[in-house]
Amino acid sequence: MATTPNAVTPAEFAWSPRVLLRRMRDADEIAHLITLIAAATLLLITALLVYQLWVLSAESRAKFGWSFFVTKTWDPVSGDFGALPFIYGTLVTSAVGLVIAVPLGVGGAIFLAELAPPKLSSALTFVSDLLAAVPSVIYGLLGVFLLVPIMRTTIQPALKATLGFLPLFQGPAYGIGFLTAGIVLAIMIVPFVLSVSREVLLAVPRDQREAALGLGATKWESTWKVIVPAARIGIFGSVFLALARALGETMAVTMVVGNNPIISASLFSPGYSIASVLANEFSEATGNLYLSALIELGLVLFLLTFVLNGLARLLILVTTRRGSGVLPS
Amino acid sequence: MTLRLLWRKSLNFTMLSLTGLCALITVSALFFILGYLVWNGGKDLSWNFFTKLPVPLGETGGGMANAIVGTLKLLLLATLFGVPIGLLGGVYLAEFGGRTIPFVVRYTADLLNGVPSIVIGIFAYALIVMPMHHFSTLAGGFALGIMVIPTVIRNTESFLRDVPRSLREGSFALGANKWRMIATVVLPAASRGILTGVLLALARVAGETAPLLFTAFGNRFWSPGWNQPTSSLPVVIYTYATGPYEDWHQQAWAAGLVLLGLVLVTNILVRAFLTRGTSYERT
Repeated sequence: MATTPNAVTPAEFAWSPRVLLRRMRDADEIAHLITLIAAATLLLITALLVYQLWVLSAESRAKFGWSFFVTKTWDPVSGDFGALPFIYGTLVTSAVGLVIAVPLGVGGAIFLAELAPPKLSSALTFVSDLLAAVPSVIYGLLGVFLLVPIMRTTIQPALKATLGFLPLFQGPAYGIGFLTAGIVLAIMIVPFVLSVSREVLLAVPRDQREAALGLGATKWESTWKVIVPAARIGIFGSVFLALARALGETMAVTMVVGNNPIISASLFSPGYSIASVLANEFSEATGNLYLSALIELGLVLFLLTFVLNGLARLLILVTTRRGSGVLPS
Repeated sequence: MTLRLLWRKSLNFTMLSLTGLCALITVSALFFILGYLVWNGGKDLSWNFFTKLPVPLGETGGGMANAIVGTLKLLLLATLFGVPIGLLGGVYLAEFGGRTIPFVVRYTADLLNGVPSIVIGIFAYALIVMPMHHFSTLAGGFALGIMVIPTVIRNTESFLRDVPRSLREGSFALGANKWRMIATVVLPAASRGILTGVLLALARVAGETAPLLFTAFGNRFWSPGWNQPTSSLPVVIYTYATGPYEDWHQQAWAAGLVLLGLVLVTNILVRAFLTRGTSYERT
C-alpha cells in the first residue's frame, strides 16, 4: 500500500495495533488519551468505593440480612448488631434540621432574589457562601460549649413549659440530644438551601413577575403565588441537596447528639446517628463482624445520600432548564 | 374594598420583612461564629502555639506545631493526588469529550461530591490502612485527595468552556494543533478560574475531620516521613473539645480560630482577587 505515511483513512480498521501506534504518534491523540485516563480515574474511584463497601460488608449482610435494619441491639461483645437506633437518630436530627433550615433558607433566598438590590444581594450571597465553607468541627465546637449550655438552661425548659404536652418536648433537659444536633445541622445547611433556591428563583423569567405586577398583584403576591410555584421543583431540589448533607454530616452531630443508641419520641433525649457511630467506633472495632457491621452502616449512608443527591440534581436541572427555556434567547 | 387593600398591603409588608429577617439571621451567623471564636480563642494564641509540641497533661503552655505541619502535609498530598486528575479530567470534559462519557463523568463527579466525608474515610481505610496495617499520613492525604477531585474537575471544565471561541480559532489559524492550542492558549486564559477552584477545594478539605479519624488518626508528637500517623488541626480540635480537661478546651478554641481563619482568609482572598475578571478579558 503506497499511501502517505501517517494518513489514516476512515476505511482502515481503526483499532489494529499498527494503526493505533501510528495514530498515537500524533500528539493530539496522546493528549486525548491522557485526559481520558484522568476522567476515567474518577469513574474508577467511584466504582471501587461502591465495590469496597459492598464486599467488606458481606459478613454482616450474610449474618443479619434485612433484620439489620429493624433490630435495636448494638452489642459488640456478643456480636449482635442492629442499625435501627442509628438510622432513627440520623433521620430525626436531619428532619429537625430541615424544619428549621427550609423556611429560613427559602425566605432568605426570596429576599435575595426578589427584593434586595443586586449589590446587596451578591454581598449577602458571598457571606452565605463563606458560611458554607466553615468547617463542621467548628460548628461542633460552638455546639458543645455554647449551644448545649443554652439549651439546658434556657431553651429546653422554655419549650417544656409551653409545648410540654407534646411527647416531642418531654423528659429531662440534658442539653445534648436530637434537638440540639438538629439545630446545629440547621445552621450548617441553611447556606445550601439559600444559595441553590436563590439560583432557581433567579432563573424564573422576568415576564412572569411583570405580568403578575401588571395585573395588580403586590410584590409579595407576585412572589408567593407566581414565582415560588414556578420555581418549586428546584426549591425541592435544594431541600434534597440539604437533606443529603445533613444525613452525612459527622463531626458537628457527633459532638452534640449524646452518642447513646436510644430510640425516643422526645427530642430532648440523647441519641446516635450513623455517621457518629462510624466516627466513634470505627478505629476501635475489633473483630471482622464488628467492622463489617460498621461498614454496612457506611454503605447505607452512602446509598441514602447517593439517591438523594441524584434526585436533587435532576430536579434542579429540570427547573433551571425549563426556566431558561422560556426566555427568548 | 379599602380594607382589603390595607390587608394586602400589610401582608405584603410583613412577609417581605420576614424574608429580610431570614436573610439577616443566616448572614449574621457567620459574624457571630467568627466573633465568638476570636473572643474565646484569641487570648490563647501565642508564638508558642505555632512552634511548640503539645505538653503532657498538667503542664501549661505547649502548642500545636505538629498539627499545623500535619495539616499542611495532608494538603500537599491531597494536591499531588487530586489536582492532576481533576485538572486533566476537566480538560477532557471541556475539550475532547463526546456526548456519553462526559455526561457520565459529570454526573459521577457531582455524586462523589455529595458522598459523606466519613464514607470516603472508610474507603481510604479499606484501600490503604488495611493492607498496610497502620494509620498513615499517606492514607489521610489520599482521602482528602479524593474529595478534591470532583470540585476541581467540574470547575476546570466550566472555566475552560468560558474561554472565547475566537481564541481557539486564532490559535488553529496560526497552525497549532489541538494540544498546543489547549496548553498554550486555552489553559493560560482560564488559569485564574482554575486556580480559584483548586484553592477553594483545598480550603474545604483543610477543615475536614471525619475522613482523617481513621486514616491519618492522630499523634502527640512529630510525624516523620509519610508513613506514620499524623496530627492535624481539625482532629485535634475534635479530640480536645470532647476531652475532659479545661486546658484542652482552651487549646481547642485557639486551634479553631486558626483553622477558621485559614479557611475564611483563603476563601475571601481567592474570591475577591482571582475571580475578578479573567485574563483574556483584560487584554
